[in-house]
Amino acid sequence: MTAAAPDRARRTSWRRRSVLPGFNLALGYTLAYLSLIVLIPLAALAIRSASLGWTEFWAIATDPRIVASLQLSFGAAILAAIVNTVFGVIVAWVLVRYRFPGRRWLDAAVDLPFALPTAVAGIALATLYAPNGPFGAFLEGVFGVKVGFTSLGVVVALIFVGLPFVVRTVQPVLEEIDRETEEVSATLGAGRLRTVTRVIMPGLLPAILTGFALSFARGVGEYGSVIFIANNLPFQSEIAPLLIVIKLEEHNYAGATAIASIMLVISFAMLFVINLLQAWSRKWFGHD
Amino acid sequence: MTEATSTSKINKPRQTIGEGPRTRLALIAVALVFLALMLIAPLVVVFFEAFSRGLGVYIDALAMPDTMSALQLTLLVAAIAVPANLVFGVAASWAIAKFEFKGKSFLLTLIDLPFAVSPVVSGLVFVLLFGANSVLGPWLADMGIQVLFAVPGIVIATIFITFPFVARELIPLMQQQGSSEEEAAVSLGAGGWRTFFLVTLPNVKWGLLYGVLLCNARAMGEFGAVSVVSGHIRGQTNTLPLHIEILYNDNKAAAAFAVASLLAMLALLTLAVKTLLEARFAGSLAAQRRH
Repeated sequence: MTAAAPDRARRTSWRRRSVLPGFNLALGYTLAYLSLIVLIPLAALAIRSASLGWTEFWAIATDPRIVASLQLSFGAAILAAIVNTVFGVIVAWVLVRYRFPGRRWLDAAVDLPFALPTAVAGIALATLYAPNGPFGAFLEGVFGVKVGFTSLGVVVALIFVGLPFVVRTVQPVLEEIDRETEEVSATLGAGRLRTVTRVIMPGLLPAILTGFALSFARGVGEYGSVIFIANNLPFQSEIAPLLIVIKLEEHNYAGATAIASIMLVISFAMLFVINLLQAWSRKWFGHD
Repeated sequence: MTEATSTSKINKPRQTIGEGPRTRLALIAVALVFLALMLIAPLVVVFFEAFSRGLGVYIDALAMPDTMSALQLTLLVAAIAVPANLVFGVAASWAIAKFEFKGKSFLLTLIDLPFAVSPVVSGLVFVLLFGANSVLGPWLADMGIQVLFAVPGIVIATIFITFPFVARELIPLMQQQGSSEEEAAVSLGAGGWRTFFLVTLPNVKWGLLYGVLLCNARAMGEFGAVSVVSGHIRGQTNTLPLHIEILYNDNKAAAAFAVASLLAMLALLTLAVKTLLEARFAGSLAAQRRH
């Protein structure tokens, strides 16, 4: 082994030498499996949409029904992510900072949307928010707001599926925050509100933005929980993933591929922007 | 402002600074009400509606031949997808957590890709790859293998959707534990497999179990991707979530919720095990911090 060591070091200079075995096998298997399951199939989508040709692609991309569905998917996802950011930060704060009976139960419940299948959540939300359902009747009777079978229903479903992302990204960072800086801030005469907004929030901002981005990205692509609570009318409550399914049922592969690639490009672009924001806020406020 | 030296019952840990008791109560109330309305209410509705027509309807819905075949298919798909992603997760986390090499963070991003893709788009990808006007589809059909609108397509789409789960759980855990124990084992003469099974595996077994549980819950519950590739052939390519959709759209809400309650119970079991594991982990983590 010692004789082979210098040779091996030269051969694999792209990695640090280790006494542990199995690197080549583990990495080789990882790359092969990753390529087979994820990379090659996604490349097939990229190749198919590239072969569409610009004029055909543009005709599909500017089709009013498709534009409306994309607007709904992205708009509802942004609204839901904003609601989730506000309430997610409050929930994370309460779970980390306060001790009260039932806290563990609450903590466990936050993961429910991760574990509950989307179709199950979908029919449950549809029943709750339908005009004759308990929440739907209340909201319409008291506030005159229709939620079930409208575009507002889409937002409600996306709030459900996206909530854990904000809580679970903010929670660990909040746990790690040094309490002493808060004490210093209080000793120096800052009020609690000022301490929270000026001392704690800047440190949390990268985590909050990440949670927002994850919740948003999940919302854009969500299908199962939405199609039951929305009535799926074109131009009103038809989300982009549903339109892909409809195009596929019509055997319109070009249309389905075009919508899918538009969705992927916009979400990757937004995630990239949010990554930049995160890097920026870490540079200005963060400790690492 | 209200720098309460806390005597309130709500606040057990010693705190010198913090919000006043009223702010505390208000924030706790907001969190409780929001979670109760958004998360707990849908869960309660599932079980309420499932038993709304009585126990007889509930049992009949579960005993239907279509439900039974959907259950069998769901179990079969999970039995293939979960072990496949388990082996991958272990291999990926061994390479990523125990070794230093260039391009590691890029590899991590690639592993996370399936999380960034809409389930429907994931399904579409396999329709394009194995469909009638693809390259692979007709070639496989000539050999008598049908992937799309058949069980293999459902399995592949499920593997794609649940791809990152085990790796995502294991990688941070194994990175946190470092590799000094494994290095000690190897320098004492243990082989690679022996080191893995006797040193690494016992250290990560609970994290591994949680990753497998999450992977399984998603594999059994996946709807969008499977819906696109399955073709909805009753008794043949219907998984439990697709069966729920069909029952619900047939105005058999009670039956749909009865089947849904099975998956909801799986979700509750997953969360219960997770909570138990975390309580265990918290103990061992606290022990580590004391040293």
